[in-house]
Amino acid sequence: MAPYSQLSFLLTVLLIFGALCVTSKVQIQSSSERQSASSNTGSTGESTSNSSASITTVPIVTWKWHHVETPYLVALWILVCWLCKLMAQLNSKLKSFFPESALLIISGFILGGIVWGADKAQTFKLVPRNFFYFLLPQIILDTGYFMPNKLFFSNLGAILVHAVIGTCWNAAAVGISLWGCYLGGAMGNLQIGLLQFLLFGSLLAAVDPVAVIAVFEEVHVNEVLFIWVFGESLLNDGVTVVLYNVFDAFVSLGGEKINAGEIIKGIVSFFVVAFGGSLIGVVFAILISLLTKYTGKVQIIEAGFIFVLGYLSYLTAEMLSLSAILSVTFCGVCCQKYVNANMDEKSVTAVRYAMKVFANGSETMIFVFLGVTAIDTDIWVWNTGFILLTLLFVLVYRFMGVFFLTWILNRYRLVPIELIDQIVMSFGGLRGAVAYGLAASLDETRIKEKNLMITTTLIVVYFTVILQGLTMKPLVKWLKVKRVSPTELKLIEKVNNRAFEHILAAMEDISGRIGDNWWTRGWKRFEDTYITWFLMKPEARKNRDYLFSIFHKLNLEDAINYVTEAEKRGSLAFLNQTDGTIVNFEKKLRFSGVMPDIMSELDFGNNNVQPTSVIQDTVPSVSLNIHEHEMKRMNEDFNAHHLLQQHLYRSRKNHRHKYSRSNFSINQSEDEVQEIFQRTMRSRLESFKSAKMGVTPAKKITKHPKKDPNHKMSNGKTTDKSKKHPYGDEDFEFSEADSAYSGDGGATGGSSQRRGTYTMGAGVENPAFMPEMDTPPPPWVTEAEADTSVAPSQGAQRYLPWSPRNLHRLAPLRISDRSTDSFLMADAPATEESSEESPQQPSQRDGTHM
Amino acid sequence: MGSTNSTLSKIPNAGDLMQETGFSPAHIVRLYDRYKALDKDKKGHLCPQDFGAIKELAMNPISDRIIGAFFSSGQEVLDFPSFVRILAHFRPVDKNRPKDPNSPEHINSRSNKLKFIFQLYDQDKDGKISRQELLQVLRTMLEKQVTEEQLESIADRTIQEADLDRDDAISFDEFRKNSLWCPSRSIKCRATD
Repeated sequence: MAPYSQLSFLLTVLLIFGALCVTSKVQIQSSSERQSASSNTGSTGESTSNSSASITTVPIVTWKWHHVETPYLVALWILVCWLCKLMAQLNSKLKSFFPESALLIISGFILGGIVWGADKAQTFKLVPRNFFYFLLPQIILDTGYFMPNKLFFSNLGAILVHAVIGTCWNAAAVGISLWGCYLGGAMGNLQIGLLQFLLFGSLLAAVDPVAVIAVFEEVHVNEVLFIWVFGESLLNDGVTVVLYNVFDAFVSLGGEKINAGEIIKGIVSFFVVAFGGSLIGVVFAILISLLTKYTGKVQIIEAGFIFVLGYLSYLTAEMLSLSAILSVTFCGVCCQKYVNANMDEKSVTAVRYAMKVFANGSETMIFVFLGVTAIDTDIWVWNTGFILLTLLFVLVYRFMGVFFLTWILNRYRLVPIELIDQIVMSFGGLRGAVAYGLAASLDETRIKEKNLMITTTLIVVYFTVILQGLTMKPLVKWLKVKRVSPTELKLIEKVNNRAFEHILAAMEDISGRIGDNWWTRGWKRFEDTYITWFLMKPEARKNRDYLFSIFHKLNLEDAINYVTEAEKRGSLAFLNQTDGTIVNFEKKLRFSGVMPDIMSELDFGNNNVQPTSVIQDTVPSVSLNIHEHEMKRMNEDFNAHHLLQQHLYRSRKNHRHKYSRSNFSINQSEDEVQEIFQRTMRSRLESFKSAKMGVTPAKKITKHPKKDPNHKMSNGKTTDKSKKHPYGDEDFEFSEADSAYSGDGGATGGSSQRRGTYTMGAGVENPAFMPEMDTPPPPWVTEAEADTSVAPSQGAQRYLPWSPRNLHRLAPLRISDRSTDSFLMADAPATEESSEESPQQPSQRDGTHM
Repeated sequence: MGSTNSTLSKIPNAGDLMQETGFSPAHIVRLYDRYKALDKDKKGHLCPQDFGAIKELAMNPISDRIIGAFFSSGQEVLDFPSFVRILAHFRPVDKNRPKDPNSPEHINSRSNKLKFIFQLYDQDKDGKISRQELLQVLRTMLEKQVTEEQLESIADRTIQEADLDRDDAISFDEFRKNSLWCPSRSIKCRATD
């Protein structure tokens, strides 16, 4: 905690400094502006010539604030906003109950206060133009691009109903009710007519997805609800803007001139704008997909195309006065699949990261500026009746709309949306920056009460984001608390629960999804035959082939294993090993060997092969001193629970929500899924292979690669012993090799395997790392170890049981520079012994355990 | 939504099935559609390969066992009624359905659900989960970075906790007593969504 508090203190100082910087710059700027304005009202050309003319000597350095003023301010503000976010994130206590968006708004208040204090006027505001052209597009593109496509399209109907009808309902109901109250005299004398009220209602109908998603991620809502709210909030931004424009047109037309014809025109334009925008988006998506077919040559900027074209789709739609938001949404939704398939893996990752950086960055700025904007006396016009009634209506009609629409939809659903979900959905109607942006871009000449509207919008935004956001999590938890108080579950229960979740997920897959009907199948066929052909690279298409992709993945994994293995042995060995050595020494000295639990705990430290997981490495090695028996017992107990908790595969249900605004995750769940998938595939490959070879299909046991760690362990132990007879005993070595082989699924377990041998032998000269025979030995090995006198093939078999069999997939041409019999030996046991040995395994395992 | 291209009348024995499993006609129709969709070669029954073709199942660590549960009695084919019967295990327990005193428990009763899981563990069908069987399950369900030692210690603890008669195995009775978890709202049944 202490370092965190320090850090946050530091950040606060920095932030204030930054803010002061900004304001002082502003003062300089404004004063100099005044100066320049007074001194020189002529053309800018004159002023530059002016400055160059006036110097008397050659200056070494000059103060050129005006050259950098705007970009400098922009950069500074970005920095300050992001620092705010950083601070909000660091404050873990606050974060646990306070939604981040609310925190950002509040820090916006503070910053606004500072600026106000320095300037006596609000110099900075969220200008609609900046908002709509520079901040919004990337957020929408991001959401579209990361949209869980299948889910989205299978629920498209419901989403559209909510987004279109729900939004219209909200706009109309709020507008008309406010108008009614106005006529009833609830808000004094205002210069607002029905049309203006409707306009106002329409701009307030935009639901902001950010806060909702943030909360939904933490509380596990079911996936249908998730996609409904997510899709709705995304599309309804677009719909709101369209609606706003229609009403805006009505307002500028003036009340008298509106007749049935105009209204019909308005409705038509609503649909044209909405669908036209979407169409533009689709066109651009096709363009992007086509382009990425060929951008492999300029891989370095490949990722940039997505952003440029995405932005262009936004601007194009804007230019044609179609819905820009819908355009960029559909652009993202439609292109993601083909882009991911066409582009290089690196570029795809680059796109994802960059997307998140942009979206998150501008989102942060939007919220901070929403706060900053509030500190300004110019816009605050108070009208209690108007404001309170608006708040009330916004809330009430949201509930009514959601309940009514869900009621209708439920009649056509096999599994109805439950009441709790409906409440959550209604409560998730937070208003955000889009509403403010629209309010701020109202035309003051036509709408006299613009400032009142801005004020009200701001209040609605603050109210919903801060208060509703704050109460949402407790509410959901409270509603969902229907389960038994969490007692410490027994291990079997934990396993059971998880198993049951897995089973349910599987049943769901087996019984299929709702969207799985004739239409989706038809579309899939169409897509497979035509669209893929049109939009995907031939290689990418091949990749889509099921078996091929699995084969590819397995190969890739083998390659990675191979490289990391080599690295461990080679020049980078010390990196991975040092910790292990020390620990092992201590262990050997103190406990002479038998404390599996602690050891395995420690092992976590250095088993990590992936660079990404290096961070975790620092954790262990605490429990070194526990060597009392009962302590060990406790430890074991704790360990069992802890391990189970931590390492049980989560069921897919628990990590369904693929979209997260703030976390881009090449996340664990993703990895987990991959891992499971590969295990399954590998086991299937095994059984397929063995079936093909006419050998009896591998027993259940051999199907689970997981088993091999135990061999590894037993191996490891015996290795220690075997060190005493230095490789002379051929028979012994052989039996070792065999037993190692029986763990034939070892390939996936490769990393853990290595871990085992390592910790056992680390620090001592270790015969474990022999080059395997199948592949040409890597250079670092040949130098160092080629001259060792061990029969290499056996060494290879013993310690890297997985390598020959799996690596020959990797290296189709086996260039064996050693004896041929080693080559044969490497291959033979792989196919036969694996299946033969497996029945013996249980007994063997028992042996190690007893 | 959901264009149903088959009707109840085309499904053999639909009435009996509904009676037995408690599925509604809409459910049955949908399951029938799904059944036909899974049956890729139109051979009129399902075989393990058909399940293997469901991509999502490959992401499931215990998919082998689950598929195995559908073909429990050793045969290689699965017809529609059995398919429905097995899925019926996962219907939520409904309170308003009158319980027939002289008929055995409903398919979706709690103990039947537990029995289903139990079978997944008990691969040799001796009515007990042995240490070996438990280990196998744990092995598939835990991430691969867990070592075998850890696995074994977990398995040992698990059996210790649950084993009431000290025979180093978990019988169904012990299993049931130790499964006090309340099938919470979320767990109940999404199988038929």
